Amino acid sequence: MEALLSNLALGFSVAFTPEALLYCLIGCLLGTLIGVLPGIGPVATIAMLLPATFTLAPELSLIMLAGIYYGAQYGGSTTAILVNIPGESSSVVTALDGYQMARRGKAGTALGIAALGSFFAGCVATLLLAAAAPPLAQIAFKFGPAEYFSLMTLGLIAAVVLAHGSVIKAIGMILLGLLLGLVGTDVNSGMARFNFSIPELSDGIGFVAVAMGVFGFAEIIKNLEQGEEREIFVNKVGRLLPSIQDMKEAFPAVLRGTGLGSLLGILPGGGAVLASFSAYTLEKKIAKDSSQFGKGDIRGVAAPESANNAAAQTSFIPLLTLGIPPNPVMALMVGAMIIQGIQPGPQVMSEKPQLFWGMIVSMWIGNLMLVILNLPLIGMWIKLLTVPYRLLYPAILVFCCIGVYSLSNSPFDVVITAGFGLVGYLFLKLDCEPAPLLLGFILGPMMEENLRRAMLLSRGDPLTFVTRPLSATLLAISLLLLIIIMLPAIRKKREEAFVED
Amino acid sequence: MQLRNPKDFWSGVMFAVIGFAFAIIVKLYEYPMGTASRMGPGYFPFVLGNTLGVLGLVILLKSLLTRGERVSALAWRPIVWILGAVVVFGLTVKLIGLALAIIVLVLISAFGGHEFKLREQLIAGVVLSIGSIAVFVYGLKLPFPIWPSFFG
Repeated sequence: MEALLSNLALGFSVAFTPEALLYCLIGCLLGTLIGVLPGIGPVATIAMLLPATFTLAPELSLIMLAGIYYGAQYGGSTTAILVNIPGESSSVVTALDGYQMARRGKAGTALGIAALGSFFAGCVATLLLAAAAPPLAQIAFKFGPAEYFSLMTLGLIAAVVLAHGSVIKAIGMILLGLLLGLVGTDVNSGMARFNFSIPELSDGIGFVAVAMGVFGFAEIIKNLEQGEEREIFVNKVGRLLPSIQDMKEAFPAVLRGTGLGSLLGILPGGGAVLASFSAYTLEKKIAKDSSQFGKGDIRGVAAPESANNAAAQTSFIPLLTLGIPPNPVMALMVGAMIIQGIQPGPQVMSEKPQLFWGMIVSMWIGNLMLVILNLPLIGMWIKLLTVPYRLLYPAILVFCCIGVYSLSNSPFDVVITAGFGLVGYLFLKLDCEPAPLLLGFILGPMMEENLRRAMLLSRGDPLTFVTRPLSATLLAISLLLLIIIMLPAIRKKREEAFVED
Repeated sequence: MQLRNPKDFWSGVMFAVIGFAFAIIVKLYEYPMGTASRMGPGYFPFVLGNTLGVLGLVILLKSLLTRGERVSALAWRPIVWILGAVVVFGLTVKLIGLALAIIVLVLISAFGGHEFKLREQLIAGVVLSIGSIAVFVYGLKLPFPIWPSFFG
């Protein structure tokens, strides 16, 4: 407890400097902005801004990038409630009841409860992160290469299970990601692989290029294909502060949403999207009278909004303690850390306590900023929604191009990114989820490295993965997950969970 | 023959082709395989590539037995103009400078949309150009040339 307090004190000393506060604010505002705007998500935004963080101190750049992620969760709900279009994929379910509340003239209440619920969830999840990280990091220090390999396997399998759509195709996307991650120079032998004598490829394919192509450009093409229809419903926002009655009704839902979201955020492959879907389903299941769901039930806004923000916070836990990203946004954070010369993993906490605790405290500050800033600023966000997409997408393109080009100041990355834009669009057409691909891409080299080391230590005996208890447990869980997901009964349930009705 | 599940069929084809291609490249370029205890650079990609290839074949065969959705037509217009605009930006920015390259990017990409309004897009391009230069070149000090190189 005392250690926790002194750690948090250290964090406050870092996060309360004017510079840190400024970058936290910039991150939160940017996050809200892209959260509000449909058609651009946190993955593309963080990818776009990575080059701009090269020159910042590591603490500041990570504080800002984290702010973008959880800020986006706040912003996404605004669009969902007012326009009935999710600004972020994690607010798809918020649109169901939030928009109905808005049509009944209770837009303000819906926005208010979304913000307050998110704030509550953010506070709880941040505390959880601060409390759970040190013991988890201690366990991680006991990990050898075999354990790391098994852990990554578990992470990838979990990503498959929790992704929506076909399981077997998701596995394919992971393998594809792993392979793409191997392009470039092999660390052990120094040999360049799959580079076809193109010098730029010997450093590997940039993950920013993959992320931006698949999540940014492909998304723009898809949006343009669908055509523009956006109807804004804002006759009157109404009062923002929910009444006591509303609070009473919503609070238990906020609690459940926070709990479920925190849990799902930690799981590899989890994250904000899954959390909000599950929280909504849970509320509907346990409600005594579920007839109001879909017609403007406040619980249908409170639970998923709390859950997605809680999950956004707790998904930092596996990243900061094990160095393993549970979702594409965290995969980009790995990239941001590596650019700054920090190897993500359990040693971050002991070697760079000011970075670790500063970031955690800044998340809490950021959540506070979001509540204070966003409620009064809602009018401004609504104005932004009136910007037509035909003016919006060129702006997104410009920022993306500047971002990719400045990675290495060569046209090569830009061309590669365009290529991945096309590939990403084809993935969308074929219903292949891109998120597992990006996870595999980041984990590919790490997995190979740990596999080789584990096999070297065991003198070529693959049984090492099952004779070491920790590693065996992790693999057993992976196998169990795979078996469960293949069972017909569960399969049906899983499909239901992802269907918005 | 009519494909019963085209989305899965083509996904299977894609995975199989890419997976086996990786495995074939390992053999073709003779990346050393090494042994299980001392894996060479070819070992892991070879195993992964073949696994993906086989998985692709499984998806492909399964697709012949199930029924599924058709793949909707590709939207060539946005593909060509959006990605084309990006490539043109990448290839020309060093030569013509950021100011002009952004305007060109905005104008080309506008053809990918549903309506093209020259005046509007020109204004958008100029505004974005000035804003980006202020933020990225002057603010964040990213090393972009602002003006065309042939102006000196």
